[in-house]
Parts: sequence; structure tokens; C-alpha cells
Amino acid sequence: MRYLPLTETDREDMLARIGVTDVDALFSDVPNGKLLKEPLDLPRAKGELEVERILGRMSAKNTAAGSVPFFVGAGAYKHHVPATVDHLIQRSEFLTSYTPYQPEIAQGTLQYLFEFQTQVAALTGMEVANASMYDGSTGTAEAVLMAHRVTKRRKAVLSGGLHPHYIQVVETLSEMANDEVVALKPDVRATEDILAAIDDSVSCVVVQSPDVFGNLRDLKPIAEKAHAHGALLIAVFTEVVSLGAVVPPGAQDADIVVGEGQSIGNALNFGGPYVGLFAAKSKYIRQMPGRLCGETVDADGRRGFVLTLSTREQHIRRDKATSNICTNSGLCVLAFTIHMTLLGQAGLTRLAEVNHANAVKLADALSGVKGAEVLNESFFNEFTVKLAKPAAEVAEALAAKGILAGVPVSRLLPGAGLDDLLVVANTEVNTDEDRAAFVAALAEVL
Amino acid sequence: MLNRQGRPTQAGEGESQRHETFTGNKALQQIEPLIFEIGHHETTGVDIDKPAPFKSRLGKHARQGEIGLPGLSEPEAMRHYVRLSQKNYGIDTGLFPLGSCTMKHNARLNEKVARLPGFSDVHPLQPVSTVPGALDVMLELARYLMTLTGMPAVALSPKAGAHGEACGMMAIKAAIAAKGEGATRNVVLVPESAHGTNPATAALIGFSVKAVPARPDGTVAVEDVKALLGPDVAAIMLTNPNTCGIFEPQIVEIAAAMHEAGAYFYCDGANFNAIVGKARPGDLGVDAMHINLHKTFSTPHGGGGPGAGPVVLSERLAPYAPVPFIYVEGGKARLVEHKADAPEGNDPFGRMTAFHGQMGMYVRALAYMLSHGADGMKQASEDAVLNANYIRAGLADLMSLPFPDHPSMHEALFDDDWLKGTGVTTLDFAKAMIDEGYHPMTVYFPLVVHGAMLIEPTESESKASLDLFIATLRDLAIAAKGNDKSRFTAAPHHAPMRRLDETRAARQPVLKWEKPAPVKEAAE
Repeated sequence: MRYLPLTETDREDMLARIGVTDVDALFSDVPNGKLLKEPLDLPRAKGELEVERILGRMSAKNTAAGSVPFFVGAGAYKHHVPATVDHLIQRSEFLTSYTPYQPEIAQGTLQYLFEFQTQVAALTGMEVANASMYDGSTGTAEAVLMAHRVTKRRKAVLSGGLHPHYIQVVETLSEMANDEVVALKPDVRATEDILAAIDDSVSCVVVQSPDVFGNLRDLKPIAEKAHAHGALLIAVFTEVVSLGAVVPPGAQDADIVVGEGQSIGNALNFGGPYVGLFAAKSKYIRQMPGRLCGETVDADGRRGFVLTLSTREQHIRRDKATSNICTNSGLCVLAFTIHMTLLGQAGLTRLAEVNHANAVKLADALSGVKGAEVLNESFFNEFTVKLAKPAAEVAEALAAKGILAGVPVSRLLPGAGLDDLLVVANTEVNTDEDRAAFVAALAEVL
Repeated sequence: MLNRQGRPTQAGEGESQRHETFTGNKALQQIEPLIFEIGHHETTGVDIDKPAPFKSRLGKHARQGEIGLPGLSEPEAMRHYVRLSQKNYGIDTGLFPLGSCTMKHNARLNEKVARLPGFSDVHPLQPVSTVPGALDVMLELARYLMTLTGMPAVALSPKAGAHGEACGMMAIKAAIAAKGEGATRNVVLVPESAHGTNPATAALIGFSVKAVPARPDGTVAVEDVKALLGPDVAAIMLTNPNTCGIFEPQIVEIAAAMHEAGAYFYCDGANFNAIVGKARPGDLGVDAMHINLHKTFSTPHGGGGPGAGPVVLSERLAPYAPVPFIYVEGGKARLVEHKADAPEGNDPFGRMTAFHGQMGMYVRALAYMLSHGADGMKQASEDAVLNANYIRAGLADLMSLPFPDHPSMHEALFDDDWLKGTGVTTLDFAKAMIDEGYHPMTVYFPLVVHGAMLIEPTESESKASLDLFIATLRDLAIAAKGNDKSRFTAAPHHAPMRRLDETRAARQPVLKWEKPAPVKEAAE
């Protein structure tokens, strides 16, 4: 077996050195009758060629985004990732290292975490950011728990523009922890009266912008009302590229900002692994979940970086920890940081501009299709189209024509009476030809 | 004095070792500033054409002013991150015996197949009819995990080990609530030797935690568990093999006692690498166990993630598995994404994460499993256990074993009793290993052992590699008991950095780069 260096002779010599005759003697603590004698009912070892064939066949059954006109978003987005990114994250020293518990031989990881934290703070307009969460949805649930610790209240109000999966993740954790959640109705046109839901019993208000229907929301009045009642504003985004074009949550007085970072540096991957971004006002540092990287000096006085404030964490605080999280999204963080470094402010704002320009073009074109109506007042690179037919049927019909058109709202919110809505995303990868094909095919289907 | 290559080791016999350079660099070790110190706001490493003029639909939400993100051109970025990588130690660099972390070889085949466009370039919400191969991967991975563990169900979506723990404990909580005991069964038993995630997870979802004392032999005794059992106990969270590297000998009796008391057995599967193909958790009475795909199935660790933490579930817990999951009926696979779509008899407790979990890690783990096969996985576990015991045998006369009465599984645990009176601590010893070219073992964990050193070599090491490692640790151990304390207390001497001041980092947290104050003010 190509991955196992020991030879039969080695094994015999080693057993002799240990003083046993058979490897099963080392398993003597396994209770009687529970030690397996035969290999399990699974195939035997395979060479690299055969494994590649098997998985290649499975892969070939899927329609890759890059092979068709592709407009699917709603929380994960197809962007172009520079070749440099994937090359660098596969360097052995990054790929095969562990969480940097021995900082003297992990400065590579620690320095990029520090760069990442600085980038995320700048993007969101916040004072501090952590070294990442699993993804945007779990980060949102952790943000709600954090708000409960800060305010010593246990009731979260969720906007109807929040991604339905994020709502479900928050609801699941809250139900288990016996915390209260008030989830407002799906809010397609960003017209909900969330201010009315804020009172002195509320710990936090969770609002997404751009929201799951693509609308841009004004967070400032929500922050003001929340703060007047001693509650926190948690601002969420699922498309981080939007921060190159829209007012960041930090400038609107958000207390905690959580987002999905997949768009920068990371592939679609059918939903994971992704990278959660998490930032906050610095007065809340000690209530933050997740790893934090901080600057310090070594014994010679040279600048270096370490994981810090670990007294918040589970390995020290056990059942009093701020979170149970242990692993984060290291390599996805690295991909994000390298891509963001390549972009810089100049590249990011240009990328955001192109995304928005393309989305405006598509919205204008779709508005001209009979039986299709774009609902958004404002949007970044994604918007909601009301169709004359059920959106799920339309999406299937378009898929049959080789166009992946968007996410039917019924996929996220079945039974909500929103079956005629399709959420459509458009990024820099979409060409004029893609858009023309989409518009023509939609006109045929409707 | 000569080293093992026969070259002189003392300064003076060779050239001076502390020659300062103009740049501060030391050959391959380059001092590398932060991107904020070398980049510019107008620089970019990505060429994107400016779009034709258009009417913005951002409304009043357009961002104004500087973001504060410098860019680097492509050659600058490449050099920056390559230099950073050279300050890191990885499995490919050398032996990485980090106990409880299973730092085994990461096959590049797994990286290659995970990047096939049909896996990496598919969206979680594109029509299900366009991703049958993705469902195939999930079903096949599930079949392997269920077969290897002897469990009837698996929830794939948790994003890492601790997330899997939360998932398993939520299934237990849901099952208890379904029996109408939600108000009364709210205590979770956790051994003192457990990893910190266990009590943190139990507390996270509203359980209170009671500690099970550790026995002098490093195991948990069924009578200690029984003494704590009552109608208020919901579950026990027990790691097996445990954090001391021992297979819990009374695990079957403990499981039976839990079930008899109407409670559940959560097994922390962090150490599953010791027993794949050797023993099945399902045969031991486990109700739920997470599997760290990034440990046992090598999907890699990536400097702290991403991980993946699928949870296998017993018949009693399977109905409560969270969405999404794949349900096969009449030979057809159906992706169930909502509670309302769950098949008859299922009552999913909710959702752990957006979308379907860590697909990229599923593919890598499946490639590992297909490559090893049933025979290779069994052999890997045997080799992992053999390697750990070989190291133990090679060091037991110099270093102290807290639990000599049990064989080690895939990791050998030492304490610091043998360092008493030497002035050298476990941390010093670990830092001296860095100078010798090794990543240190896990130190000061588990907490039940004083100055713990937990060594997990994995099956990826050759005998020659282990022999040199043992010889090195023997040399260090003899030196620690001798007179050359600076080899330890001032270590590491040869790493890219000397020992870092962690206290200072925590007292005055600096968590991001700040633009330095103008020189004029700074001088005042």
C-alpha cells in the first residue's frame, strides 16, 4: 500500500522490540469478542489510476458551473479565482501544517491570519475581526450567542431578508439552548417594519444586506433603535464582493458583522468548505468566539504573531467557554487573503463595479421579457425576478436547455407562497452571450 | 564534540555561527513584512476591464472613500506568500507527532480529485437533477462510514469535530424531548480527561456538566459512572480510545449502564484512527460519534481547517438527524432539505449549516478510503498503533509513563515526573525538539497528567524515521537530566523565531495592523 512505509520485516522487528508476538496483543484492552478478525465488507486497496477513474466518473455526471451560462447565487457565488491562489494554498507548508500552537515554527500561518484579520476589519469597517468561522451561517448563530453574552438577554430578532438557511441554523441552536428567536416573515421587497420588533427584551437584531432577495438595506436606523433599547445590531452578508461597492456595516454602527467569505479565493464546492468572516467592535473582544491572532515579540525583541486571548476558548474554559469551536477554516482563509491581496482596494472596487454593471445589464434585459418582472428597488449583483410560472419549473426547463438560471425561492422557502420568485445572480464570469442566451431561453419557457 | 554526521558542533571549531547580515535575512529564512507595509492602494495583481458607463442601482448605498486595502502585483504576492510558507512546519517537512491530532500523510491525489470541476465548480443550489454525481459521493462516503463504524445512519453536514459533537448531542437532546423527558434529563457526564470541546459542547446546547473522575490507571470505571447515574442524566461523552491513548476496557459495560438508565452514549471519535477496521463503535454500544475527516481520513489540516465532522448515529437517534440528508427509496436518491420533506418516521431536529456540508472534504476522504480499501485501512490502524508502541518502548526507560499497565493505542502518553528537579519543563523540552527539526508532541494535554507529552506518530512514518526520532528524544532526555540547560530553557535557537511572548500578546491585544503614527508625533 503506497501510503504505508513499514515493511513486514519492520513490523516483526518492531513487535519484537515491544515484546509482543502479534499486533493484536496491543489491542488487548478491546473487550472480548469485539476485536474484528476479518477486513470489513468494503473493496480492497486501489491504485491511483483506478481511484481517479472512479471519482472522475462521478464528477462527470455533474454540470459544472463553468460549462454553462450560470446565474445561481443565494449565498454562494461563482467568481474567477486567480491561478496564483490555488497554487499557493497547495504549498506543503500551508496545506500540511496544523493550528499554529507552536508559533516559532508557524509564523507563516500566523502572519496570514493577522493579515486576514486586518483585511476583514477594513472591509467591514469594524475595529477587530477573528481568524474565521466555519462559514457565514454558523458564524451568524455564534454572533447571536455572543450578543446574548454581551447583553445578558436571550431573544434574537431575525429579519425576513436573512438567508433562510441562516435562519434555520440560528433557530436550531437557539431551540437547543432554550433561547428565544423571533423570525420575521420573508421580506421580498425590504419593506418589513423591523423597528417595531425591537424592545428592551431584545438581545440582538440580525439583518442581512444585500439580503437574500438582493435588496440593499439601510442599517443605520436599525442600529439606532437597537442601541436605544440596549440591544446589538448583527449585520450579515453572503456576498463579500459587495463590500467593494456598498457602505460597510461598520459605517452604519453595527456591533457585530458576520459574512460568508467564499466569493473571494474559494470555489463553489457544492456548499463547502467555505470561510466565515466575523468582526466586531473592540469592546466586545473578550466575548468573541473563534481563534484570534495577535502581535507580540520574541526573545530577541523581533515582531512575531501568536494565537491569543485563548482563555475564552474551550481547551482552557471547558464548559464556560465562549464557543465550542476548535477547528476553523485555515486554508480557506489563506485563499481569501491571497486573492484579496492580489485584488487590493483598486482591484476589489473594479471587480465590484463589474459585478454590479453586469447585474444591471441582466436586470434590464430580463425586464423586457414578457412574464418576468424584476422586483428590486436596489441591488448589487443579485436580484429577484417574479415569473408568470412557478420558478422551480422554469429553472428545470432552463437547466434542460443548458442554462442554470438562478435559485427558485421555493427551494429555500417551500410553502411560503413565493413559488413564482427566482433569485438571479450575475458576476464578472458572465458574458453578454450568457445573458443573451438566458433572456432568449426564458422568453421561450414563459 | 561531533554530531551524527561527524561534523564539529562547537562554535570556534567551525565558522562563527552568529554572523549578522545586512538585511537581517538568513539565507532561505527571509524577513517578510506585512502586506500593509509593502503594498499600495493603487496596485493590483488582477486585471479587470472597466465596464462601459451604466446607471447604478446601488441607490444611496454606494461606498465612499478608502477601504484601506493595499494590493500587490502577482510576482510580489507570489514571493510574499512563498516566504511566509517557508516559516511553517508541515507534515511534509518532518515528523509531526501531535497527539490527538493525527497528522498523517496528505495524498495529493485527494487534492487533485477534489478539484475536478464536477465537484469544485458545482453550486449547492443548482437543480438537483444537474448534480447526481455529488449525491453519489455523499452516498458512497456514508456507506463507508457506516460500514467502518457499524452504525446504521450518518449525518454528514457538520463542518468540523466540535460541530459534529454539537450535532450528536442535539440528536440526543431531541430524542430525550421526544420521550417527554426534556425538562428532567439535563446532565451530561464528561470524564476529567476529556478534551475541552466536550464540556463546551454540552454547555452550548443547554446541558449542565458533571465530571467523571479519572482512575489512577488512566481509564474510566463503570462503577464511577454508575454512581453518577440518575433520572437527570441525559448522556455521557466519552472519548475512545481515550485522551490518554488507552482503549477504554469497560466501554461495553459503560454503554449498557447508560442505556439501562435511559441515557445515551456519545463517543468522541477524535482518536478513531487507532481502531478503523479493528473495532466498530456500533458493536460497543455507541449512540453517536463524530469522525474528524481531517484526522482519520487525511483531508488535510490546512493550518487549522477546514475540517469535516460527520456523525454516525444509532437506530435510536437516526430519526432526529438534521437536514439536509439523502434518502434512498425504490433505488432513487432524494435530497431532503426541509423538515417537511422528511420521510415518514423521521423528525429532523433542524439544520447545522447552510447548504450540504463540506463536499470538498467528502471527496478527499472518499479518495483516501478507496485508495486504502478495507485491507489498507486496517493495516493503517495497526501500523499507527505499532508505531506509537515502538516509540514508547524506545523511551520508557528514560521518560516516565503515567499509565504503564495498558498498552498504548495510536499515541503514547508520558508525564514530566522524569524531569523533576532538572529545571527543564515539558514546554522547554518541546521547544528543544524544534531545534532538532521536529514538530513537538502535544503538551500539557490531557490535563489529568502533570506536564503531559502526548506522542502520536501515525502510520505514515517509516521505521528509520522512528529510530532517528527515538534516538533524538533519548539524546535530549539525557541532556535534560545533565547540565546543558540552555539547550532547553532558551530553545528554540534555530527556528525562524525565538520563543514568543504570549503573555504580552494577551495583555495588550494587537489584533490588526495599524498605520504607524507620523514620525513627527512618534518622536514627541
